[in-house]
Amino acid sequence: MNIIQTIGLGKAYGRTWALRDCTLAIPEGHVVGLVGPNGAGKTTLLGLATGLLAPTCGTITVLGERPAAGSAQLAQVGFVAQDTSVYARMTVADHLRLGAWLNPGWDGELARRRIGELGLDPKQRAGSLSGGQRAQLALTLAMAKRPGLLILDEPVASLDPLARREFLRGLMETVAERGLSVVLSSHLIGDLERVCDYLIVLVASRVRIAGEVSELLAAHRRLSGPRRDLRTLPAGQEVVEESHTDRQTVLLIRTGEPVNDPAWTVTPVSLEDLVLAYMSQANDTPARRSPLGVAS
Amino acid sequence: MIEFQLDETSGVATYLQLAQQVHQALRMGMLEPGDRLPTAQQVVAKLAINPNTVHKAYRELEREGLVRARPGLGTFVARVPSGPDPATQTRFLTAITDWLRSARAAGLGPDDIEAIYRTAFRNCFAEGVA
Repeated sequence: MNIIQTIGLGKAYGRTWALRDCTLAIPEGHVVGLVGPNGAGKTTLLGLATGLLAPTCGTITVLGERPAAGSAQLAQVGFVAQDTSVYARMTVADHLRLGAWLNPGWDGELARRRIGELGLDPKQRAGSLSGGQRAQLALTLAMAKRPGLLILDEPVASLDPLARREFLRGLMETVAERGLSVVLSSHLIGDLERVCDYLIVLVASRVRIAGEVSELLAAHRRLSGPRRDLRTLPAGQEVVEESHTDRQTVLLIRTGEPVNDPAWTVTPVSLEDLVLAYMSQANDTPARRSPLGVAS
Repeated sequence: MIEFQLDETSGVATYLQLAQQVHQALRMGMLEPGDRLPTAQQVVAKLAINPNTVHKAYRELEREGLVRARPGLGTFVARVPSGPDPATQTRFLTAITDWLRSARAAGLGPDDIEAIYRTAFRNCFAEGVA
């Protein structure tokens, strides 16, 4: 089953499209990274996936059902919003009690264990926790729901490097233990490289590329060599990024075939190179902006 | 039990880094047949990486016959990889040391030598694949 499936999904605010032509089929069992510049539509896509926003056009199903279709669907999806919302005046223990009361599948044992491991004082008010602790509390509540899918909007953006690493460790440990799927948005590509095995690049309201990280890396190459007219490239090589000097050409291409042309020095690309190449296409001419590899 | 490290600047895929570290630990005698590898959960709790990456590394090692997964128990070292015997290693070490000395005597610098080595290495292994 696909955790998230969208067909022609779009969301407009007035005449402005926050997300458009979004067609995705994300299989379960992945940690999915949603990456893109600010204002690209990441939060909109996650809002549609959680049912907090209604689509303007197209369809979306999450774990096989319309988002927020009913209490059973809601129970299957854990969500941590961008500001890692907790109730400032309530204590840590109050949050766990509220979680237990609101969620039929509540795992109180997991919640208590994580709070203990994190060294949080159950009597402390959430408002006086540090940013990292607040994020961990929000994550604990979302995990203890025992969801099949956990959606996290920029969960680590405001955290220092240590708190960020701690957060991702806890998240990955739970993924290993429970086998749940995760979708998280971030613009920290280094973090995504560690934890994600599926990637969606969203730029200017559109999906530029989506797929399994290992397949994306295998399908892209950096070529450098003597100055070259791009019209002479073989048909199967799609140029994602190009730069030229009067003597040299450097390309980032997408191809399913090995590159055999001896004029090129061929090197693999890192996930960061790949993401940046697709992100910088935003400023490119529309002709080059074909949305490659969008899963259907 | 071995502890995995990650080098994020190496450009080597994470699962390969894990597999290579097991290889190295086996060669150095830090891991022996019968030893248990850390569980995916233990690895990700330390490194904050995707559990599928650990599974992929262990599958790779299993494919090579170096480890065996026992459902419910963990992943165990099955055997030590058979490397070249010490005499062969010494023979090639001597040969390449002689070659390096003569290259240096001919006026080649470390970068020149590395470029030659890399080209030869690539050509040689590209032949092997083709």
